Amino acid sequence: MATAATADTKWWGGGRSPFNVEYGKLMMWYFLMSDAFTFGAFLISYGTIRFSQNYWPDPNHVFNAFPFAGHANLPLAFVSLMTFILIISSVTMVLAVHAGHHMDKKAVIKWMAWTIVGGIAFLGCQAWEWTHLITGHHPVLIDGVVSEIGTTVSRNPWGPEVPGMMHDGMAVSKTGPVAFGGYFFGITGFHGFHVLSGVVINIIMLIMTINGVFDRKGHYQMIEKAGLYWHFVDLVWVFVFLCFYLL
Amino acid sequence: MHQSNTHSPEVTFHHEPAPAGAFMKKVLRTTVILSVITLIELALGFVIYFMHKNPDHSTALILFIKGVIVILSLAKAFYIVGVFMHLGDEVRNLIMTIVVPLLLFVWFIAAFLWDGNAWKNLRNTDAGHRPYPEKQIVAPKDAKKPGIE
Repeated sequence: MATAATADTKWWGGGRSPFNVEYGKLMMWYFLMSDAFTFGAFLISYGTIRFSQNYWPDPNHVFNAFPFAGHANLPLAFVSLMTFILIISSVTMVLAVHAGHHMDKKAVIKWMAWTIVGGIAFLGCQAWEWTHLITGHHPVLIDGVVSEIGTTVSRNPWGPEVPGMMHDGMAVSKTGPVAFGGYFFGITGFHGFHVLSGVVINIIMLIMTINGVFDRKGHYQMIEKAGLYWHFVDLVWVFVFLCFYLL
Repeated sequence: MHQSNTHSPEVTFHHEPAPAGAFMKKVLRTTVILSVITLIELALGFVIYFMHKNPDHSTALILFIKGVIVILSLAKAFYIVGVFMHLGDEVRNLIMTIVVPLLLFVWFIAAFLWDGNAWKNLRNTDAGHRPYPEKQIVAPKDAKKPGIE
């Protein structure tokens, strides 16, 4: 029994690995830990700058659009969809890893394919979100002139509203803190790049599974390592979702 | 013993692959927990949204709700790492080498947010804008030492 073995084994007595995992999997864990520090540093830097500002845009005001919903005010709706897509693709990954433990090639192929579909769907959502933010122009009072600008790393139309000033039926605001766009595109972009590389890794794993590489090796440990990476991407999204959309 | 047991010399004992029924139950339970926590977070997000519409909303209450959302997110992280990534099933030595270094975050978050707040306080003074104070010339107390003219 596994539990009895844990209690009785002298892990530091030499002659065996004290971590009881395969080398590649252990290194994947340490890579993910270092990656957690990278994301953590980015998010903490974002928090520091946000704390240092007297004004910060309200996420419910900035992220309130949904594809094909026109100008309907739907805060949190689209990002919840993205969150659920990532949770579900994490679940299908768990099922792929489990199928790998049972050497069930057909099931591994099925669940890996669904995981890839989830990843691509998430990336599509993010592409829409970015496009909407960059191209959605809002009237802003700059040097006494109303100009319409979108959100980029150097421009932020989401400042405090100018009281009583309207332009084409939209309330005019001042420019907001420039750091807003930089952090949003920087951190969601870094996360999106992780999703993209995760999708590429999963596609490679799928091709290797179809070609019978893991059946020949006698184990599906590679799927397990790709799975760790994929779950980590979901884990990071929990905190990106928290810091940019909920708080 | 499972057939994939012989491939890796680092592994002393293997976990028996969970029976399909019990495993599916666990995955389904975790999926439901993650979804429900996310829905609660969204509901709290909407509470904050509607509180913001009221001009004299309670800042302390909003801060409290945000604190609850942070704790719920940490719970989600716990389930993803513990169940989906199976860290909970690894030996204690491995769990500790992953989790203990992450405790640095406690200090990082406290220190940097504190610093950001201090920066804001400084921003709201005239520091950086007021003219540099004239250098005060203090006459040395014992300027006339004997022997020095």
